[in-house]
Amino acid sequence: MPQPTLQTRHNPRYRRRAFKDQLARYFVGVGGISVIAAILLIFFYLLYVVIPMFESAQIHQVSEYTVPGSGKTLYIGVEELGEVALRISDQGEVVFFKSADGTVMKRVQLKLPARVTSIADNFDNVMLGLENGEAIALKYVFTASYHNDVRELTPGIEYPLGEKLLVIDQAGEPLRRISFHINDDSAGVAALTNDNRMRYVRYARTQDFLTQSMTTELESNSEYVMKKPARDLVLTPNLQYIYTATETAGLLQFTLTDEGLDEAPVSQAFKQNISSVGLLLGGASLMVGLENGEIQQWMQVRDKNAAGEDTRKLTFIRKFNSNTHTIQTIAAEHRRKGFAVGDSSGEITVYYATSNRTLATINTGAGSVKELAWSARGEHLLALDDNEHMHVYDVHNEYPEVSWDVLWGKVWYEGYDQPDYIWQSSASTNDFEPKLSLVPLSFGTIKAAIYAMLFAVPIAILGAIFTAQFMAPRMRQTVKPAIEIMEALPTVILGFLAGLWLAPLVEAQLAGIFALLIILPPGFLLFAWLWRYVPGRSVFDGWEAALLIPVVLLLIWFAMAISHPIENVFFDGNLRLYMSQHWGIGFDQRNSLVVGLIMGFAVIPTIFSIAEDALFSVPQHLIRGSLALGATRWQTLMRVVLPAASPGIFSGLMMGFGRAVGETMIVLMATGNTPVMDMSIFEGMRTLSANIAVEVPEAEVASTHYRVLFLAALVLFLFTFIFNTAAEIIRQRLRKRYSAL
Amino acid sequence: MMRSWFKSGDPWVWLNAGAISIALVAVFGLLGLIMVRGMSHFWPAEVYQFATSNGTLIAEMVETETVAAGSVPGIDISAGEIERHLVKTGNRDLLGSDFRWILEKDITRREQPQNLAVLERVEWGNFYGYLTAVYQGDEKVAEGDAAWPGFLQRLDRVQEIRAQINSLERDDIGAVNYKIERLRLHQRSLELKGKTSPETAAEAEAERAELDREYKDLQTKLKGLYAEINRDAITARVMDGSEVKIPMQKIVRAWQPNNMSLLDKVGFYFQSLWNFVSEDPREANTEGGVFPAIFGTVMMVLLMSVIVTPFGVIAAVYLREYARQGLVIRIIRIAVNNLAGVPSIVYGVFGLGFFVYFLGGNIDSLFFPEAAPAPVFGTPGLLWSSLTLAILTLPVVIVATEEGLARIPRSLREGSLALGATRAETLWRVVLPMSSPAIMTGLILAVARAAGEVAPLMLVGVVKLAPSLPLDGNFPYLHLDRKFMHLGFHIYDVGFQSPNVEAARPLVYATAFLLVVVIIALNLSAIGLRNRLREKYRALDN
Repeated sequence: MPQPTLQTRHNPRYRRRAFKDQLARYFVGVGGISVIAAILLIFFYLLYVVIPMFESAQIHQVSEYTVPGSGKTLYIGVEELGEVALRISDQGEVVFFKSADGTVMKRVQLKLPARVTSIADNFDNVMLGLENGEAIALKYVFTASYHNDVRELTPGIEYPLGEKLLVIDQAGEPLRRISFHINDDSAGVAALTNDNRMRYVRYARTQDFLTQSMTTELESNSEYVMKKPARDLVLTPNLQYIYTATETAGLLQFTLTDEGLDEAPVSQAFKQNISSVGLLLGGASLMVGLENGEIQQWMQVRDKNAAGEDTRKLTFIRKFNSNTHTIQTIAAEHRRKGFAVGDSSGEITVYYATSNRTLATINTGAGSVKELAWSARGEHLLALDDNEHMHVYDVHNEYPEVSWDVLWGKVWYEGYDQPDYIWQSSASTNDFEPKLSLVPLSFGTIKAAIYAMLFAVPIAILGAIFTAQFMAPRMRQTVKPAIEIMEALPTVILGFLAGLWLAPLVEAQLAGIFALLIILPPGFLLFAWLWRYVPGRSVFDGWEAALLIPVVLLLIWFAMAISHPIENVFFDGNLRLYMSQHWGIGFDQRNSLVVGLIMGFAVIPTIFSIAEDALFSVPQHLIRGSLALGATRWQTLMRVVLPAASPGIFSGLMMGFGRAVGETMIVLMATGNTPVMDMSIFEGMRTLSANIAVEVPEAEVASTHYRVLFLAALVLFLFTFIFNTAAEIIRQRLRKRYSAL
Repeated sequence: MMRSWFKSGDPWVWLNAGAISIALVAVFGLLGLIMVRGMSHFWPAEVYQFATSNGTLIAEMVETETVAAGSVPGIDISAGEIERHLVKTGNRDLLGSDFRWILEKDITRREQPQNLAVLERVEWGNFYGYLTAVYQGDEKVAEGDAAWPGFLQRLDRVQEIRAQINSLERDDIGAVNYKIERLRLHQRSLELKGKTSPETAAEAEAERAELDREYKDLQTKLKGLYAEINRDAITARVMDGSEVKIPMQKIVRAWQPNNMSLLDKVGFYFQSLWNFVSEDPREANTEGGVFPAIFGTVMMVLLMSVIVTPFGVIAAVYLREYARQGLVIRIIRIAVNNLAGVPSIVYGVFGLGFFVYFLGGNIDSLFFPEAAPAPVFGTPGLLWSSLTLAILTLPVVIVATEEGLARIPRSLREGSLALGATRAETLWRVVLPMSSPAIMTGLILAVARAAGEVAPLMLVGVVKLAPSLPLDGNFPYLHLDRKFMHLGFHIYDVGFQSPNVEAARPLVYATAFLLVVVIIALNLSAIGLRNRLREKYRALDN
């Protein structure tokens, strides 16, 4: 470093140069650090996208007021965006009001012959059960209009089953509890009367072709006299089951047909009294709220009865127990499998079923919660307490579907026989339950990598040993770059060859491929044995690999030639068919064997080049010393060279594995991309990387699915980064050790 | 004797040798496969007329294989092995598919008629048949032996008109459309800023009227050209003996493969090769050329190089020359090294999330509010692809440059400093020039890697068919926001997403071969440079 002297410091030319020098120092410093920061940004950005998934939901109160209107409130509801709410009283009065402050927008007095005794809802369909045993279905609608870019909602009421009252109980007893469902071609109403009978009425709905208007006709009408007093009931949307909770810790399950109630109910005992029952979106899950604050999820699961026939059995799935007081009401979210409960201490808890997460809890501070209502988007929650007070909450609950258990554990999904690892991120139906287990994808990733390594490791390591230790220098000069250049071969080309060339070839010549694997090593040995009798063979020392190339070609030709004869003689002419018939092994055309061969080919250069470097840089004096002491070249290799170079070889293996794990195009093109968990070499897989490539372009930005895919990327990143770092550290240590020798 | 042979360890050495032989066979086998399949596609194959037990068949031979009789439907397993041929019959519009299998034993006679013609068409793939007559309008102008020369002459004319139509549609009408769109955006932007006035509106109206008129003129001209190109037609006899009429505007190229001399064939071969690299793709990318894909790849790689070189070099200079060497720098160095091993799809995800949605989304809302709701930069495009690949290849450049810097002998630096040069001057005048081959090596390796990457590009900007090139004659000439085509993605798309994989396969091999050649050439030059560099410094050291 030149130190400026007194004379030069005052020289303006020197000052300019010194200034430039400083400038360059800052420029490079700032530039260098920011480039490195930019690279590290990848990790932090991925983390930044992933983290919100694991945060709990936020819920906070917006306002509290006495509900407008008169009488006792039996039902509250709220429109999609949470702007307008409504209540229905026991007097049949429907009041629409601004949900923020309770300002009344519209009042409708329904003309009913009797007092309303019970109300049930299916999102925006509502059914009122009356004191005289009749019922009526309503649907509230909001028409939006825009004035000066401000959205204004006009509420209104429709009658999906007609304005005529439906007779549910001919005896005219009050309907104490009611549950219903309206489908496109049918509708069902189940109700409990004051004198403990359960009524089930089913209607057929038909659409007039010309007027498009719906007509509703009575289809069947049945009844069950309860042996014990009942408390609550629900009817499933497919009109298949009614679940009725008794006063004495029991649940009755009624099976329904078009004709009405079928046979006797199946009863299920609980340890605690049931206080409330409800269904999740889609109706496949029954939520049972107990008096001790526990909520249990039950589903119909396929089972075998005594006669060995397939039946369905109501099965306990999981429980939620963040609440400690009697569950008063259960409100399912409209668009996913979440729900909120209100208990007798005034506590409201938001849960998510699939992930078994308790997302948020808030207390109304005013006694028991009587009714809850979700806005359709799940951003607003309305609660009504015992004193006719309305509590309005904002809910920020964007990623309830994900938890550690969902990602890495077995989850019992709706419609499945048992808990399982499943990846299925989207479907066409609205009540779909996303299945976001990363286990099948990670399994596929590891499986692909393992099969690739099975093929690559022997060739790369043995090849590296020969190249570094035994090969003639002139041959090594061409062989090493030839293999290393393969590392740069675009994997899209390898994937294309795998999918369109190798996969059909393997399918057609399956027997030949296996024959080739078996005959290659003995073939080499046979040639080596015969070579001993060739005079003047020592000229070719170090050129063994070149001599074997024709042998490899010959053996390949031979294996392909005997492929069909083998199949004809041993496997009835078709090995694939034989395998599936006799051994029960299925065969996909794009399978792990193909991936293993081609991806193995892609990682050979990585392993080869690192291992070869390690072997070649073993100090020559060690080798010469060993040979001088009389060891054969093989003994020298096994006892001296390999132990010295083993960390380098190991580091090469890790690098190769890291590359196989992250490889995208080959697996994308050479496997069927089905997320199955099966170690079979004849089946495909779906890997993390291929899954990202397939699904990210279609994932909605900032949705749970999008973030889970980012998580998959983060997992890949961390996995390969840790592997590579470990390999790198091992390599550096080795280098130090060699330089010490 | 056997035992002592095994004891000597020699057999194991031979097994090791076998491993490397397998690797070599695999490497050269795959390269050879790609080359043979890719390059043979352009050779004008002979067309046969087969007489089979199921009628006449006019087709090219594609491949021949022997299969176990059991796997062919309708053949008894006792037949043992049978030979069958995959033949290309073309005429997809008449037959439903281009290819079919025929059994060797069904063929009773095969011949190669001289006057059998192959027509490459704009759609429906190739046509095989005998030319019978040439029509101008409804009037027959040539038939019999005179038909072929007359046809070729008219085909030249058709090709000329087609070139005019293409240039008119793509360049002139495209430019007018582009101007109209810009005018609309300009108006909208004024509206958003509240700067609209009757004057600006009138001005815009006048401009629009002018453009509309220009557009109409071009349309009229185009209509005239279409009338011209539709004038001629031919009739041809196909293999079942029926005659079909083909408008000449549907024909791209025509040849009689059985009537060509070797020289003709070689000429034809290079002509096909040229068409392949210079033409636009047709028929969902399964026919025609790959020019836009080559162009897109080159543009993307160039942009990436412009970004990656300065940043990579600065980072390397910082790490090697300015930063205090210690544990932190060692950790950073290992981290940077290992980023090269992070799966490329991870970079793609990062690029999509950070560049496209985050940066792009913000750029749109700040600078292009007038385009909303259509995104400008908030959607995958050329700029984001280049940036993503720049980050992906940054470690390569940093590592190579650092290596180059480390190799510069200490004596040279010290000499420079001793002569009174400042550190910056030493860096600029001595160190960087001397390490430029290393920087070049890094850059070449980066380019080779970027040219072959597909997975991240699928997320940040590559499409199967881009309507326009990212570089054209419309201001601002270089359109960084446009999506582009890429050779690697082209391979994936045509090989796996196209409706007619069998017909497209030779083209995929050809594309693959093109890509392999480019990448191997780049890598070889990088290796060459590195070796030269090493020699040079070895000399300096002594």
